[in-house]
Amino acid sequence: MSTLTAGQVLAPKTYIINRAALVTYANASGDQNPIHQNEEFAKSVGLENVIAHGMYTMGLVGQYISEIAGSRSKVKEFSARFTKPVVVPADTDVELVVSATVVEIVDGCAKLEVSATCNDVKVLGMTKAVILL
Amino acid sequence: MLNPDLVGSTFEGATSTTISAESIAAFAMALGESDTHIAPPTYAITISLEQSQAVLEGSGLDWSRVVHGDQRFAINKPLTAGMVITCNSTIESARMVAGNEIVTVRSDLIESGEVAVSSWSTLVFRA
Repeated sequence: MSTLTAGQVLAPKTYIINRAALVTYANASGDQNPIHQNEEFAKSVGLENVIAHGMYTMGLVGQYISEIAGSRSKVKEFSARFTKPVVVPADTDVELVVSATVVEIVDGCAKLEVSATCNDVKVLGMTKAVILL
Repeated sequence: MLNPDLVGSTFEGATSTTISAESIAAFAMALGESDTHIAPPTYAITISLEQSQAVLEGSGLDWSRVVHGDQRFAINKPLTAGMVITCNSTIESARMVAGNEIVTVRSDLIESGEVAVSSWSTLVFRA
């Protein structure tokens, strides 16, 4: 891992979210809520379409943070607010763009502020992480 | 509405979970990762969310109206295969905002008497 410094803006990375990925995540996580898989059901409860699990989106951001840290074992704190659902229409690859800024370096840790957007709309708010240097 | 007396109470998980290499691998691969040794930082949700739901079951809250509002993890010790975890959940707060009930549950994933991961889930029960 390269040295992190306060104020540093880290390179963005794009992750693809599609229906097949949501089914795989549902099986791996145990969260089988049909709003994440079944379009008819999602619409019946007032959603625009199938939406991604918030925890799936956060999980992808977790991978981004782990990569910056150099290892998953260095991620000490991680938090996010689910501000906007990620809508995933059938046969569509939705792009999640993740980037981060180093807010400060304290006690051998870097505090990061993370941005996560789909189609330029922020989908996670207050996304923060603390990683060991 | 949640019985206010439940705020602050802790429910100890009755059973322990042994984390399997397979479950870490499946979770990591679902997130597009091939490194399957250490659990991804959000893996704890596979244990804590079920426990949070168990804690709030029978509380009168309508699960079909729930939305995940916020999530936070504090990781003291990364989860790895073979760890035997018990999970204790505490209802930390419950408040009404514009008719929605907002409940925060902290789940402590405990290994050998020490908290490995704490997971705070804020759930919004829509009016």
